[in-house]
Amino acid sequence: MTFRSAVITFPGSNCDRDMADALEKISGTAPHRVWHGDNALPDGLDFIALPGGFSYGDYLRSGAMAARSHIMQAVIEAAGRGVPVLGVCNGFQVLTESGLLPGALMRNAGIRFVCRDVKLTVENNQSLFTSGYAAGQEIMIPVAHHDGNYFADAETLDRLEGEGRVAFRYAESVNGSARNIAGVLNAGGNVLGMMPHPERMIEPEQGGTDGRALFESAIRGLVGA
Amino acid sequence: MKVRVYVSLKNGVLDPQGRAIHHAIEGLGFSGVQDVRAGRLIELDVDDTVTDEALDAMAKQLLANMVIENYRIERVAA
Repeated sequence: MTFRSAVITFPGSNCDRDMADALEKISGTAPHRVWHGDNALPDGLDFIALPGGFSYGDYLRSGAMAARSHIMQAVIEAAGRGVPVLGVCNGFQVLTESGLLPGALMRNAGIRFVCRDVKLTVENNQSLFTSGYAAGQEIMIPVAHHDGNYFADAETLDRLEGEGRVAFRYAESVNGSARNIAGVLNAGGNVLGMMPHPERMIEPEQGGTDGRALFESAIRGLVGA
Repeated sequence: MKVRVYVSLKNGVLDPQGRAIHHAIEGLGFSGVQDVRAGRLIELDVDDTVTDEALDAMAKQLLANMVIENYRIERVAA
């Protein structure tokens, strides 16, 4: 069965090709490339990816303008129907700004842009996106962001932890994120937002392949092996 | 008519930018500054027919992120 995915490109996205490349290499089928001005998504999608970058120049707040674009209304609707949505880096910021995920991503606590490989712990390996990892597994994935400092009030954080919605946690200090949260799931488990870039760790030439299992998990879960 | 929307971080939300600005102020040799919080001022030029409710909705839906920010709207006499 063919894996029908889409990568949304906003003005200022810059990881959309990496994301498309990862999805094509791992699923065997090139994703649809969707432009922010499009009003509709292709029919029958199995998977939607919101890539990293600096959509709309990070004007107002990171992800704020993209979250209110036409195509995001279609993505919100699709997510509501249960279509899996992965947001990486700026994609994660778009997901929180659009209300698909709780919390907000603020300026890194250390002020500086952080661009390096970081260690993550897989906190929940029962989700569509993480079933290819072992619980508690430590993986190495790069981050490259200025606004990755995850914030939510204590009640929300407790709820996220209690419901197993913290997918990944930083195993080291990176950006000041509350409880070192690196990636969160929505209540339905079909939306994942994360600051680290799994699409940049899928081939040995990239310095590691720890990101591969995320895409493999999702593809296997959606269309079978 | 001019409208000013002041957006500021909620109490209790850490402000790394404010902290850096504070640090820089001290670096310039000024003393006595206890704390710095950075916000944003957005000026709108609107028709007189734009209601307070509409301005409030703009602030809530876009201008401020209600998870981390508060806002205050001020109509400015021409």
